Amino acid sequence: MTGRAIGRRQILAGAGVAALAAPNLARAQATPIRIGEINSYTAQPAFLQPYRNAWILAQEQVNAAGGINGRPIETIFRDDAGKPEDAVRLAGELVNAERVSLLAGGFLSNIGLALADFANQNRRLFVASEPLTDALVWSRGNRYTFRLRASTYMQSAMLVEEAAKLPAKRWATVAPNYEYGQSAVRWFKELLTRAKPGVEFVAEQFPALGRIDAGATVQALAAANPEAIFNVTFGADLTNFVRQGSTRGLFERRRVVSLLTGEPEYLDPLGDEAPEGWIVTGYPWEQIDTPSHTPFREAYRKRWNDYPRLGSVVGYDTVMAIAALLKKTPSTETEAMVDAMAGLQFNSVFGPIEFRAIDHQSTMGAFVGRTVLKNGKGAMADWRYADGKDYLPSDDVVRTLRPQA
Amino acid sequence: MENLLLQALSGLASASSLFLVASGLTVIFGVSRVVNFAHGSLYMLGAYLAFTLVTQLPRGHLGFWGGVVGAAIIVGLIGVVVEVLLLRRIYRAPELFQLLATFGVVLIVQDLALMTWGAQDLLGPRAPGLRGSTEILGLRFPLYELFLIGVGPVVLGLLWLLFHRTRWGTLVRAATQDREMVGALGVNQRMLFTSVFFLGSLLAGLGGALQLPRESVNLHMDLSIITEAFVVVVVGGLGSLSGAALAALLIGELHAFGILVLPKITLVLVFLVMALVLVVRPHGLLGKPEAAARGGQGSAAPLIGPAPPALRRLGLAALAVAVLLPPFLGDYALSVLTEMAILVLFAASLHLIMGPGGMASFGHAAYFGLGAYGAALAGQWLGAPMLAGLALAPLAAGIFGLVFGFFCVRLSGVYAAMLTLAFAQIAWSVAFQWVELTGGDNGILGVWPDRWAAPKLVYYYLALVLCLGATLLLRRVIHAPFGYALRAQRDSTLRAEAIGIDAFRIRWLGFGLAAAAAGIAGGLFAYAKGSVFPTYMDIPRSVDALLMVLLGGVHTLSGPIVGALALTGLQEQLVRITDYWRLVLGSIIVLLVLFFPQGLAGAARARWEARHGDA
Repeated sequence: MTGRAIGRRQILAGAGVAALAAPNLARAQATPIRIGEINSYTAQPAFLQPYRNAWILAQEQVNAAGGINGRPIETIFRDDAGKPEDAVRLAGELVNAERVSLLAGGFLSNIGLALADFANQNRRLFVASEPLTDALVWSRGNRYTFRLRASTYMQSAMLVEEAAKLPAKRWATVAPNYEYGQSAVRWFKELLTRAKPGVEFVAEQFPALGRIDAGATVQALAAANPEAIFNVTFGADLTNFVRQGSTRGLFERRRVVSLLTGEPEYLDPLGDEAPEGWIVTGYPWEQIDTPSHTPFREAYRKRWNDYPRLGSVVGYDTVMAIAALLKKTPSTETEAMVDAMAGLQFNSVFGPIEFRAIDHQSTMGAFVGRTVLKNGKGAMADWRYADGKDYLPSDDVVRTLRPQA
Repeated sequence: MENLLLQALSGLASASSLFLVASGLTVIFGVSRVVNFAHGSLYMLGAYLAFTLVTQLPRGHLGFWGGVVGAAIIVGLIGVVVEVLLLRRIYRAPELFQLLATFGVVLIVQDLALMTWGAQDLLGPRAPGLRGSTEILGLRFPLYELFLIGVGPVVLGLLWLLFHRTRWGTLVRAATQDREMVGALGVNQRMLFTSVFFLGSLLAGLGGALQLPRESVNLHMDLSIITEAFVVVVVGGLGSLSGAALAALLIGELHAFGILVLPKITLVLVFLVMALVLVVRPHGLLGKPEAAARGGQGSAAPLIGPAPPALRRLGLAALAVAVLLPPFLGDYALSVLTEMAILVLFAASLHLIMGPGGMASFGHAAYFGLGAYGAALAGQWLGAPMLAGLALAPLAAGIFGLVFGFFCVRLSGVYAAMLTLAFAQIAWSVAFQWVELTGGDNGILGVWPDRWAAPKLVYYYLALVLCLGATLLLRRVIHAPFGYALRAQRDSTLRAEAIGIDAFRIRWLGFGLAAAAAGIAGGLFAYAKGSVFPTYMDIPRSVDALLMVLLGGVHTLSGPIVGALALTGLQEQLVRITDYWRLVLGSIIVLLVLFFPQGLAGAARARWEARHGDA
């Protein structure tokens, strides 16, 4: 659309009315670049409120610094209420009625996949921020979809590295009963068995997402008497699991390796009941003092009078990635943007990352550490940044995982 | 062995919690016949209020238990407010209409809770004196769970005393059996209903408040408890307290032991139990058949004649707009219109069994979803072109409709509705967990229309023709002898059977036909969206269908059509305008319910008749 408008103006200019056309051109450059953002705001507010706050912060920063070649960026947010079919409809609305240049967002995996398929069908760029499913970039990956967040596979692989160092041989797993939980358990089993032959998995539990019967689940795990536990539950399920587990002594003399538990979204609600000594992936926001993170944390605090959650990092970096993309490519024409996105490098809050050309996965990493109690609150200790690029399969394997067009 | 005992105790604790919530629901239903969808919201409010009170009050026994009881009482009062301001005004509305009102309350409470308590999960303090655990056979078991195990029977005992040893309780039991007779005997029904609502809401609030030391308080509590509470109530037998207790026990224990054998059964277990119980015992474990409706007087809806000329003209005008306007619209408007056409058919198909058929369905989305999956699977595994997929959709949905319907139509009222829900959830969980076939919750992608139908305008006309055709066919069915037979068995099964109508067969075929029509809608929806997910047959979509029919009015086919257009139109607009669309939508629903208790189309019809005489 924009391209065509400029084209017409150029013709006018060529016809000798340059004097008239020039102010128009100047104004055209100041028209905002629109981003369509779709997420499950009413269904998942705990993660997505900090996410959107940081998104707005990032957008303000980009625009205050002069925008993209003088053009500000503008975001139109839409709530899909957790339904993929609504997300697809809203994507159509954003593209056709609101004339956005690209789509972004997604929290739930199935919505991410629905939007990715929409993007592929309609030839639009979709920058998936949060959905973790591996299918998004591998088995159902497509030319128009890129993903920022470290995937289920990557985060599982980070934890397997730590789990393999433990002496434990008998493992039990507990995960929410949907794709994310199931594939996390599958990868963990596969990678751990490869890294440490001889481990056995003696029990698995798959409570329904958001409806864990924590007492029975904990008891069922304890009955198998494992030496270590791999946990994938999060949110309310995690809280209930931890409470029942600690009262019943499930975690005593057992090591627990746990996905996402170090994220403030899930660690903070536990308050002084946060478990100690779990090996987790997460985000120790108060301890990361790097040149890229500290200014972000302070700016977020100043703008929202609150501390950043991991969702904030994801929201902020999605905008920064898009800004970097728009600076790299001269037009907002989809194919040009997609080409520029492949291999795009930018400085994220966690340091420099790249959207890999091979599978459109970014190399954003995660922090791996141990949970401790500090001042009556859960925190991470002995953490390190696990760079995402070190936890992806080799290129040959990736090529077999992703359909090669 | 020790482990099994502890597993049983864990099951008891869950059963006890479940019973508290379900007891309130069953008491309310028994007397007022209100399917109170907002019961889960009251439970959630109980937990949030208890959190606020307990953390504000001084620590210690008084602060904690005072906070819990205080929260329960406040929730009881909230229940009274809802009853007095809202439900009291619509007791005379058609059956299940109150469900629409309570659903509005659910939406409002969700946003109010988010505004008041924020998005982050809250973890309440533990109960003083019951923080730790005790040793049972050398294994540790939380004291608070033991306490909860005790609370259930105590509450059951107190309720039994209340209902059997007080005059108020006697009246409530009498009203549960025959509320018209109780009214005729001069009992103040208003007071009775309001006080029952207070008690039921208080129990919900107490159930929520007592979860505080056990679980985190979060915004998903309302919907995660409400279906299970309904299952317990129905499995136990509507209005039966001891039945609810038995059902809670059954479900709590089956769940505790079920996950030892089949860890992935968590999604579907309660619905399997419900389906089995209802197939074997159509009135739940301890329920009694509902008192036979007194005669046929008054309850039979008037026969619907041909549409009055004004309505006919309006319909033609709408049709003209639907045909002539789209070429001038953008792609997005077209996709919204396509969706509306599909949902009109979906609502109309539910109306066939709800209106003329007289059976509610809480699981109509199953057939929508089965149609969508039928089309998508045919495309994915057989490489079927779009038209073949669209032809297969009603076939798949219709066959399952006949299979499920065979069991459902034997039951009546809420039991039948809940059995449809059970089958829908079983179908949903199969789609969700059979990853190899259906892709699980990640769904089936790439279900796009054939090339010739890919332009939005072409697809819109295709959907319009099919949906309009199917809807008109349904209308024809209603006005055909089959439709009259369907209504006859609705108004009086006995009389219908006496004149030789096989009521079961008529209902069964009606159910299958409605399922097939929903399947057409589902198939069209799949190609319109390009993907199919288990959410297509999940509870929210079934609820949407119910809302559309109830909002429009169950009496005529124009009801679901108006309802579908109104609900999708409202939702589509509100989501774009405000973050608090649930609050606004809920308020609108509540207001519509108050001012149009016959539904939108029903209200228009009443107004028309008042002005022009009987049409």
